[in-house]
Amino acid sequence: MIHSDSDADGVCLRISGEMLTQSLDTVEQAFHAVQPQGGNITFDLSKVEALDTGGAWLIADLARRSRKLGAEIRFEGLSPAQSALLGTVAENIPDEPGTEVQPRSFVDWVAAVGERTAGAWKDTLSMLGFLGLTLHRLARTIVMPWRLRQAALVSQMEEVGLKAIPIVALMGFLIGVVLAFQGATQLKQFGAEIFVVELISISVLRELGILLTAIIVAGRSGSAFTASIGSMKVQEEIDAMRTLGLDPIEVLVIPRVVALLIMLPILGFVADMAALIGGGLMSWIDLDISPGMFVTRLKEGTGIWHFAIGMIKAPFFAVVIGVIACWQAMQVKGSAQSVGQRTTASVVQSIFMVIALDALFSIFFATLEI
Amino acid sequence: MDGTVLQQTSDTDAQREAVIRVRNLTNQFGSQVVHQNLNLDVWRGEVLGIVGGSGTGKSVLLRTIVGLNKPAAGSIEVLGVDVLNGPEQERRRIEKRWGVAFQDGALFSSLTVLQNVMAPLREHTGLSEKLMQALGSLKISLVGLPQLSCEKFPSELSGGMRKRAALARALALDPEIVFLDEPTAGLDPIGAAAYDELIGELQHALGLTVFMVTHDLDSLYAICNRVAVLAEKRVLVEGRIEEMTKVDHPWVQEYFTGPRARAAQEKGHDR
Repeated sequence: MIHSDSDADGVCLRISGEMLTQSLDTVEQAFHAVQPQGGNITFDLSKVEALDTGGAWLIADLARRSRKLGAEIRFEGLSPAQSALLGTVAENIPDEPGTEVQPRSFVDWVAAVGERTAGAWKDTLSMLGFLGLTLHRLARTIVMPWRLRQAALVSQMEEVGLKAIPIVALMGFLIGVVLAFQGATQLKQFGAEIFVVELISISVLRELGILLTAIIVAGRSGSAFTASIGSMKVQEEIDAMRTLGLDPIEVLVIPRVVALLIMLPILGFVADMAALIGGGLMSWIDLDISPGMFVTRLKEGTGIWHFAIGMIKAPFFAVVIGVIACWQAMQVKGSAQSVGQRTTASVVQSIFMVIALDALFSIFFATLEI
Repeated sequence: MDGTVLQQTSDTDAQREAVIRVRNLTNQFGSQVVHQNLNLDVWRGEVLGIVGGSGTGKSVLLRTIVGLNKPAAGSIEVLGVDVLNGPEQERRRIEKRWGVAFQDGALFSSLTVLQNVMAPLREHTGLSEKLMQALGSLKISLVGLPQLSCEKFPSELSGGMRKRAALARALALDPEIVFLDEPTAGLDPIGAAAYDELIGELQHALGLTVFMVTHDLDSLYAICNRVAVLAEKRVLVEGRIEEMTKVDHPWVQEYFTGPRARAAQEKGHDR
């Protein structure tokens, strides 16, 4: 607490009680009520029970403001330790205390939009550059296959492919079940139940199987790529590789992209088969289409091209997912927060690009009339 | 006590107040025993340096005392409160009375330096925004950082600056005890000496008790009142650093009489 007494000699400010940071909120109000003024001011600290830097700051700040108005300051009743503390604090009060970052104005907002637009263009160029670099290294690996890191490749194949089989198979199975069930209710109205086989096989083999697999892999493995390579970037491991003459693209990116190239078609195939099984099962239960009939109908009604088109897309999706994930990882800067942001961006971007690419393929194959 | 106590000066136990009292501490990770029946006292107002070879559990000891690691057995009292089994409320109160500066700063990466220093104030006090900012920048100035660094993010600071900012955050609530984990590791000699001096000054001005894990012989000679050597899963010896050369233990001998120790000792005497 602070009490102000005036007498002929000037003002005496009597400070008492605990002046500790943790209980300073009440004291602070009292200090703000005291107007700094000129003349002689005596700070009487003899009743102060405890003092720390927070309390010392309040006293030193009041003294400083008073001095600016031409006051003569005297301190009384200070212990040597308190005096030293007050001295240290007074010395270290910054002239212009630092401020927190201010909320942004409209102009800043517009500038930020501009910056982001320019940044997006630069990012696109940089990503295309990275794609080129990866394809170049990939081509070199084909010419010089001994440069491929086999141990890394196999462990990535396990991580990306083998461990994803249960989830991909379950997803495919459920898609088949849902398609059969929904298709059946609609087709029954026309008495065209048997066409449910084409509905399932064409939509799954041509589009859904590989597309949904790619989306799952982008979420599952794309994020893992970005997070793991990104945290290596934070730990300067990538820089360490460069100084040791190791090419990060060759060591980190190529095994991952190749693993995806091999495993994504396999996963797509697993999803296709699971969907046909799920669809067949549901058709049997719901529409009395026996498995034998389902298979016969499948062979007759669905051209091999539908399956081939699905599979053709797989490697393209693999490259898109791998390159985006690794490129995002390379953009990680400094902090752990950046790893999180880039991982999110990696998943969102690769899922979007997979869907966009799928749309392009649709147009392409439609023009070719297959 | 199973550690050798060398200090037989005029201070008696009655006059000294133990702010940290570790008794029969055992730490175990899997089958690896790090500490066994470790005893240690830290007295009020001293700078205690913890030394020991790699893997002797210096940082584990620090982490155990501040409650980040649950020991297998033993008791730890900080400022008279049992931090392992005491009531939750009391332990929370104790946490406001100590500050910890981690080895690489451990600053919150999404906050600016000033916001980092203000974080404990915001959490534990009801001060006005203005006063918190003023106290935050005071602490930043106390640890010798320019005010310009207030608005910077931790990733924009150098390693030495991060360590200073971490100290500023540890000091935010004016704690009685400060724990420092390798405060001068990775600093250049000038920066390390300045940091030592800073800790010494703050310790005098604020009356801090400092618990410091360090490998830096210069720091030991410059600012530590007492040294505790961790070896053989316990505090092997504790006492004033001058007395360490007399200890008959190969590691302690090598550590305190090696060429680096002699150089540091001479430098320490010059101060």
